This record gives sequence, structure tokens and C-alpha cells, in this order.
Amino acid sequence: MDPIHYLNLAIKSIFVENILLAFFLGNCSYIACSKKIDTAIGLGTAVVFVMVICTPACWAVKNFLLAKGALHWLSANLSSVDLSFLIFISFIAVIAAMTQIVEILVERFAPALYSALGIFLPLIAVNCAILGAALFIDQRNYTFWESVVFGLGGGIGWALAIISMAAIRKKLMYSNIPAPLRGLGITMLLSGLMSLGFMCFAGIRL
Amino acid sequence: MAEALLSNKNKKILKDGVWDTNPITYQVLGICSALAVTTQLKTALVMSFGLTFVTAMSNVVISLIRNYIPSQIRIIVQLTVVSALVITIDQLLRAYMFDVSKQLSVFVGLIITNCIVMGRLEAFAMGNPPWKSFLDGLGNGLGYSAVLVIIGIIREIFGSGTLLGYHVIPASFYANGYVNNGMMVLAPGAFFLLGVIVWVQRAISGYSES
Repeated sequence: MDPIHYLNLAIKSIFVENILLAFFLGNCSYIACSKKIDTAIGLGTAVVFVMVICTPACWAVKNFLLAKGALHWLSANLSSVDLSFLIFISFIAVIAAMTQIVEILVERFAPALYSALGIFLPLIAVNCAILGAALFIDQRNYTFWESVVFGLGGGIGWALAIISMAAIRKKLMYSNIPAPLRGLGITMLLSGLMSLGFMCFAGIRL
Repeated sequence: MAEALLSNKNKKILKDGVWDTNPITYQVLGICSALAVTTQLKTALVMSFGLTFVTAMSNVVISLIRNYIPSQIRIIVQLTVVSALVITIDQLLRAYMFDVSKQLSVFVGLIITNCIVMGRLEAFAMGNPPWKSFLDGLGNGLGYSAVLVIIGIIREIFGSGTLLGYHVIPASFYANGYVNNGMMVLAPGAFFLLGVIVWVQRAISGYSES
């Protein structure tokens, strides 16, 4: 496959179909953790990290275990077995296990990164951006490398959105916002504007 | 110590979920799907039903086994119970409402990681008896549904001029130059609407973040 195809997919997943601003995935942690730039950067990095690992892992689970006929490599008798109704439960188990493994590995080999990411790593297991990306891969029938690129792009897109929002909210501290609009309300309105901005990338192809 | 099934205390649990501590506008949970499935009222209704069912039932199940769950692995146990319920919903939708299931795409599966479900399990079902947990789940599900239905109605009327698929904006409007607001069906419209709804709800209930 030519590299341009992958570059296009990356641009699409980072900007045009930004997983947060176009599909609304991972909104809860986006709102909760965008108050400070430091935490936003920490969580953003963690999401990129986990997503790059989880999306190919889920791809493998689906294509070697769950899809119709996927068990063919085990025995010819199993080639008619279709376990795809187990996709939700297996994906969430894979993601939870992967986050756990990543946490252990990071703690062992990169203690500095571990202390920077802090409590965010375990929380990522229930971040719907990760499960969402995995389910998109299932739905769109991506190949292995496409799923790697999509995971990376989706993660970067999410990180980009949360970090820019944290920067905007820092400026917001000096503005006089009506009391009921503070916090969630104004963040939603701003996300709307950001989402509008990201939509300008629609149609970009190399 | 038998307590009436719908004593005032229990009614309050139900009411809290719907209004005072509404999961979306007060607890800031479950926003992802609230925005994603509301381009039409129909998908919003199906999603509301699915989430209310999953929240209420998972609350009951977890509450029944809450004394036997070791606390280190409670997240995995909760996720397993929730996924099993979500698979049930997904299979039912595929069997009886295939077109809606296609439109909802990944968002049925994403009920698993919906923060409302996990949040209520952690905050309520782990420490309360089954009936109370059921009411709490039901209340929160209904609170979520209320917001979804409001957003769904507004987005469908202004975005495509229909309600549940029927045209509600008269053809004479279009003849005189009325145009559907395309932004409503796109992502930014959802963000703006939810922002405004939060503003209104908090202005009435008097809650504000410092």
C-alpha cells in the first residue's frame, strides 16, 4: 500500500474526523481534566499511548478469534463459528488488560513518565474514546496497518483537542462568565466553536 | 424495618436523578452519547431506553453481589456485568430495529463505557440495597433521557424540519425561503445546544461551579 493512503487516513483521523470534536468520544474526561494544562498534557499523552497499543490488539482479537470464520487457523471444523456477538465484552477486556500492562511496563521502565501520567493511566480503561476507536476499526473493516495509523491519529487528535481546550480555559479564568454558565456550559459552547474550526479541514486530501 | 416501596425517601432518590443531580447537567457524565445520537428524536429515544435499562439493571445486579466483590477487581466485575447487559440490548436492536441499530453504530457498544453507568455503580450500587439502587438507576436514566429527548427534538426540527420522520415545518415556509439549519445536524450544533441547556437548567436549579 502506498504511504499517501496512510497519510490521508492519519489526517482524516486527527483533523477531519476528530474523535472528540466530530464523534464526541471521551467527552467526560475531556471536560473533567481540561482545567489545567499539565493534566491535559498528561492525559493526552496517556490516551495516545494506550490507543496505539489497544487498537491493533483489538484488531487482532477480532480477526483471529471473533469474526466469522476467524477460528479457521485453529481447526477446519471451526471455520463456520461466528463469535462476533462477543465483540463488546472482549474489546473492553482487552482494553482493561492492556491499560494494566501498560501501567506496569511504564512504572518499570519509565518511572518519570509514570509519575507524570499518575492516576490517568488506570482511568483510561473506561475512556470511551479508546473503546470507540476499537469499535470503529471493527465497523470499518480496517486492515492491521490502517488500525495502527487510525489509533495513532485518533489519539493525537484527542490530545490536541484537550490540550487546546485547557489553554483556552486558562485564559477564561480572567473573564466574567454568568454563574450558571461557568464550567460545563461555557466549555460546551467553546467546544462547539472548536468543532466548527476543525470542520474546516473537511475535504483535505493529499 | 420494612419500608414502603415508594416511601418519600425512595421518591427522593428517583427525583434527585431526574432533576437535582441530573447526570448530564449536574454530574457532567455521559455527555458523549448525549451529543452523538441526538440528530434524530428516534435514535435519541432508543438510546435513552437502552441506557435506562442498562443503568437500572446493572445497579440491581451489582447491588445484589456488592458484598462479595473484592475491591481490587471491582471495575472488571462491573464492566463484565455491564457488557453482558449491553450485548443483550445490542442483539435485541439488531433483531427488531435493524435500521436504528445501524444509525446508532458504535454508540450502543459505548454504553459500556458510559460514565453514567460506571458512576452510579461506584457511587450508589456498591453501598445500597437492590431496590434503592434500581430507583437510583431508573432516576438517572430518566434524567439522561430527558436531556436527550430535548436535544433530539430541537435538532431534528431545526436540522431537518421533521419530527420522528414526519414533516412538521410546512412547505409554505420553504417556499418563502426558509432553509433548514445545517449546523444542527453537525457536531458543533450539538455542543452549542447542550451548552445552552446546561445554562438554562443550572439557572433554574441555582447550581453553579465556582
